[in-house]
Amino acid sequence: MRLFDHAAATPMRESVRQALATAEPLANPASTHREGQRARAVLEDARERLAATLGAHPTEIIFTSGGTESINLALKGAWWAAADAGRRGAIVVPVAEHHATLDAVEWLERQGAELRWIGVDGHAVTDHGAFADALGGTAASAASSSSSAAAAVATMLVASNELGSLQPIGAVADASARAGVPLHLDAVGAFGHLPLRFAETGASLMSVASHKLGGPHGVGALVVRRDARLEALHHGGGQQRGLRSGTQDALGASLFALAAEEALAELDAESARLRGLTERILTAVAPLPGVRVLASDDRLPHIAHFVVEGAQGESLQFLLDEAGFAVSNGSACSAGVSRESHVVRACGVTGVAPLRLSLGRTTTAADVDALLDALPAAIERARAL
Amino acid sequence: MKVLAAMSGGVDSAVAAARAVDAGHEVVGVHLALSRMPGTLRTGSRGCCTVEDAMDARRVADKLGIPFYVWDFSERFHADVVQDFVDEYAAGRTPNPCLRCNEKIKFEALLDRAIGLGFDRVVTGHYARVEHAQSGVEPPAVERSGVELPGVERSGVERSGVELHRAADWAKDQSYVLGVLTAEQLAHCWFPLASTPTKAEVRAEAAERGFLLAQKPDSHDICFIPDGDTRGFLAERLGSDPGEIVDRDGAVVGSHDGVHGYTVGQRRGMSLGVPSPDGRPRFVLEVKPSTRQLVVGPKEALAVSRLAGTRISHAGAPHPRLSDGLDIEVQIRAHADPVPAHARMVGDELVIDAVEPLTGVATGQSAVLYLGTRVLGQVTIDRTVAADELVTADASVSAGTSVSADASATPGERAAGMRGAE
Repeated sequence: MRLFDHAAATPMRESVRQALATAEPLANPASTHREGQRARAVLEDARERLAATLGAHPTEIIFTSGGTESINLALKGAWWAAADAGRRGAIVVPVAEHHATLDAVEWLERQGAELRWIGVDGHAVTDHGAFADALGGTAASAASSSSSAAAAVATMLVASNELGSLQPIGAVADASARAGVPLHLDAVGAFGHLPLRFAETGASLMSVASHKLGGPHGVGALVVRRDARLEALHHGGGQQRGLRSGTQDALGASLFALAAEEALAELDAESARLRGLTERILTAVAPLPGVRVLASDDRLPHIAHFVVEGAQGESLQFLLDEAGFAVSNGSACSAGVSRESHVVRACGVTGVAPLRLSLGRTTTAADVDALLDALPAAIERARAL
Repeated sequence: MKVLAAMSGGVDSAVAAARAVDAGHEVVGVHLALSRMPGTLRTGSRGCCTVEDAMDARRVADKLGIPFYVWDFSERFHADVVQDFVDEYAAGRTPNPCLRCNEKIKFEALLDRAIGLGFDRVVTGHYARVEHAQSGVEPPAVERSGVELPGVERSGVERSGVELHRAADWAKDQSYVLGVLTAEQLAHCWFPLASTPTKAEVRAEAAERGFLLAQKPDSHDICFIPDGDTRGFLAERLGSDPGEIVDRDGAVVGSHDGVHGYTVGQRRGMSLGVPSPDGRPRFVLEVKPSTRQLVVGPKEALAVSRLAGTRISHAGAPHPRLSDGLDIEVQIRAHADPVPAHARMVGDELVIDAVEPLTGVATGQSAVLYLGTRVLGQVTIDRTVAADELVTADASVSAGTSVSADASATPGERAAGMRGAE
């Protein structure tokens, strides 16, 4: 099987597998005895190393169970904190975010949050002008008097997890800072694939996950700036600044840090290589009948996304799976049903079969050759059904 | 062969898929997501489209070591089955959604996709038997004589040998809900449970194979009405549309909130202000949406001797003698007993005269024709003729086998006893 779904989960790095296989048993890092202290040292080493890869301070790293938890903690935590301070403010959110964001804010809406939805263009790139206007507060332009109250929190992807298009994080972060609105960046799919320095982004919160860059599944982190006000989702022993109670996974954290360090070390070379391979794919498919490339030129280097008109997505995926290519349309729900992509729809495109081909460090030029041999026939067949 | 096993998450389709694997075929499992808003967990024995059902199917596929996919047919299902169900009730007919789902979803939408993706057969857990023609067998007379029947697409010679039969276990036999399949569809079907003596054996086999769903209850109800409240479901979609309840002479005897809440043969749920002359209970004889009327009458008036319709399908090659008249058995519900009858084509209409009158026959139902264990096909009932009316209307002709084409719809019959022709 040739894996073209690294954006869902990229295989665990060899170094990480080795470290996992040879790991010594660890005590509870919260224990005060020497065994506990040893585990604590492993955990805090991991925190410092991960912080270094993220351009953040170790205190700012809250380990979580993954991207979804990080995003939920960021958005619910920030909104609740504002509500506690007497401000049941709005949430500024683009329409083409990941479901972890959409479902979390829609849940908050049922708790009384006002949602200010921001549109995207045909490349799924967020309208940063509308975003800035929606923030309210001091930065609101004269034209947007209708929503002058400052939002409680704003959120945006660093890059579209489906199309790969980079988002205007500079403009959005500047506007958020001017408006005094805490900004959360969803970097789950981008971390390890783009140079990203938390301190330089200007964001208050940033979500990342380990399995997107070759670490273990079930490990993630939320970067929480010192001045960010956040309520916890989990209550208990008060670990991690009281923001995430629960026994900490020192081994998982250390494997995440190891994977992140490796990803960062090879980032420049890998980005160039994968950019070249995805370029090849897009150049090859763009002229095929019914194929449209929606992503902007500024995109994640490892994602080649396109849509096929007049084809049934499930059939296209099946044909490629059967031919030995693991691909994705971008999203799947709990029952395993592929639903029409809300991101593609937000781009103004409907009735198409999206295909997200995502590459990784195990992808070879031969994999891409084989894919390009099989793809035209599969597309033609899926269109004929 | 390369076969696609449709896996509902129930016991039958699980064992069917397992048998296909055992037979050495290349099997791929697929679960159809039919609900637009699937529930998470099953409740009781109802429903069959929850996330839990998809998971049950997936776990069987895991055990069998076959690839497994969930395909979203919810749009098609909504349009072709749910909306059709509502529309049919609105038109005063009584549809069978399971039959419709087989016709439009499992053996059309899914089968078409399967064939397009290179599969030879679709495997399901239905209790029915398909006999495929052996190569070298001569095509039956119908093809050679070139008889063409109305409502029949001429199928290829290689398809004409396909026959649909009842399952070995008559108690579980599901040939009725498959009666609507065409030769072309049947040629691509495989029902591995056909010859299983009892459902108990299927459960035992599932348990032996280590399937956790071995003791999962059967689903009985309409899957898209999980609480079983069909009337409430229809009322929600069709609203209230009050009208009169009249007797057979047209006298108003009560009122109702909407004809869609009623089915022929129903007794309860009617507010009748005027008692029947003889004080005996009255039943719904006819649902007339155009005038928003329900016709009620005594139980005897429910007895129907003649069924007819033009929406005909032949499960295999059309029987060569059907055009002239043929003694058959007819079954009007999934779990009804078949009764002896005579069937013949009159113009483009298939007319069936039951030897003994039938009760509880509503337009919209499918009448499935049997010759022994073989399913000849089905007709969707467009009109019925009551037993007593047929006798009075066709005074010169008995309800037996000698009714001529002309007599089948005499003016007298139309005036007196024909129902459901609107």
